[in-house]
Amino acid sequence: MPQLEEVSYDQYKHLVSERALTGETMLLNMGPQHPSTHGVLRLLLELDGETIVNAIPDIGYLHTGIEKNMEAKTYLKAEVMTDRLDYMNTTGNNLAYCMAVEKLVDLDVPERAQVIRVIITELQRIASHLVFMGAFGLDLAAMSMFLYCFREREYIMDILELCSGQRMMTTYFRPGGVWRDVPVEFDAAVREFIRIFPRRVDEYEALLTKNPILLDRLVSIGILDPKTALSHGVTGPTLRASGVNWDLRKARPYIGYEQYNFNVPVRTEGDTFARYIVHIEEFRESLKIVEQGLEKLKKMPNQPVQSDNRKFVVPPRAEIGVSMEALIHHFKLWTEGFPAPKNSIYSAVESPRGELGVYLEGDGGPKPHRVHMRTPSFDNLSAINKMTQGHLVADLVAILASIDIVLGDIDR
Amino acid sequence: MDTKLEPIVKALQERFAPTVEEFRGEAHVFVKAEQIVEALTLLRDKYEFELLSALTASDYYPETTPRFHVVYQLSSLAKNLTLQLRVAVNGDQPKVPTATRVYDTANWREREVLDMFGIEFEGHPDPRKILTPDEMDGHPLRKDFPLGYEEPQFTFNYDDIDLKKIYAKE
Repeated sequence: MPQLEEVSYDQYKHLVSERALTGETMLLNMGPQHPSTHGVLRLLLELDGETIVNAIPDIGYLHTGIEKNMEAKTYLKAEVMTDRLDYMNTTGNNLAYCMAVEKLVDLDVPERAQVIRVIITELQRIASHLVFMGAFGLDLAAMSMFLYCFREREYIMDILELCSGQRMMTTYFRPGGVWRDVPVEFDAAVREFIRIFPRRVDEYEALLTKNPILLDRLVSIGILDPKTALSHGVTGPTLRASGVNWDLRKARPYIGYEQYNFNVPVRTEGDTFARYIVHIEEFRESLKIVEQGLEKLKKMPNQPVQSDNRKFVVPPRAEIGVSMEALIHHFKLWTEGFPAPKNSIYSAVESPRGELGVYLEGDGGPKPHRVHMRTPSFDNLSAINKMTQGHLVADLVAILASIDIVLGDIDR
Repeated sequence: MDTKLEPIVKALQERFAPTVEEFRGEAHVFVKAEQIVEALTLLRDKYEFELLSALTASDYYPETTPRFHVVYQLSSLAKNLTLQLRVAVNGDQPKVPTATRVYDTANWREREVLDMFGIEFEGHPDPRKILTPDEMDGHPLRKDFPLGYEEPQFTFNYDDIDLKKIYAKE
């Protein structure tokens, strides 16, 4: 029989208060297998009765070494790893990575591909917020929300499957464009979603927004002031709920976001309820962008969806049969890959959770020298201790749900 | 380079005499390790770089002097600018002063760099590993750390193999 080791809290000594060492407050382990930690997150709680004195997150249970793995693959093949980072926002990760590669090798993307990227990214943002809303409701004991949200998410998963053949791990965006053009059914499928969804958002609001039980649990809980938020690198809806108007889609427009008409919802309270409202508002704004994107797409039929720079983009299948050069390019790009300059770039996009940045460094060869994903959940979670101090354990669950963390995104 | 960024880079050059590189419109400013906290404080307080977007490192093994670059990616919300600071670190006992007193987010990011590259941050309030298991040795993102699978060795000369794969020698 294995010997049980005595548990020691020596390594946490500097993180807990004096009172924990004398036994006045209690140290309680929450997770890693706890239903409301949204994945495999462990929290060490220091409790005074039921009041939280300190919450110390322990992460790394889902660490899969994605950054290291990407260093061993060519630029084209490394992209499949990015899907697995933030598994609620797979195409958004693809977009961040593709944009980084395009910036590193200076590759242009055709207009139609950019519009498709905008539509898919915004649909994915809605899908991600739906999971947020569902899990948020579930954590606050509004179980029907989870079922409703996943019902609507299914529409988006179907649209993604229509485009890429995959529901989640799409790898639909490629450096230089998208994998293939959207099918003919795409327009009707997205329009159906646009028709249905606004009423469903109203339903969610009818269920939650003015629900007194919910308001009691959300208002002025887990307040994050803008200065602390920025110092902790908090971005995305969490930062916007704290009154900082910062959205990379507006601040540094990419893939043509400057041509779309949409608002950035901002709340000044900084509490859990404000974060919930920002997410609800973003549903409507994203839907606006999708609608405008569809109109744009209609105006540009039969345009290319991939760059025709054959040194970086694999030629279409039809060309391989008739062109010797196309066959050579196909072979060279998939076996050896393309070289990238020996330098580094940083490029960031606004993911549903915040600033998703990619630090990409080439070494003159076909494989990246270093890829670093600046994932928003990582920094958002780091502020959890300051948000939860003085609240009850039940509030911790609400706060954790409201910052919308994805553990695959944190641990990479 | 952005025209708004030029005076800031110029001010940094006067104060710290760093080398500045430019690539695809981004400015990379190389400062010395002992200047980094001062440079970050100056950028945050005077030039409104409120957000430390990313803090990471890059390994240039087999080079040893310097072996690592620690990368600080800063964003200014008020001016809508980005700036990259880089610190070159030598391979033996790599050490950089901690930026936790300037940006809170540096706390976890520096723990990640310590875990992945073995670069120590002097004065860090909580110098524990963050992502890899406690019982694991080594720093996975170093270039001399194997990816995980066994590389085929086309020789039976074990001295030769041990030379190539230092980590396999037990």
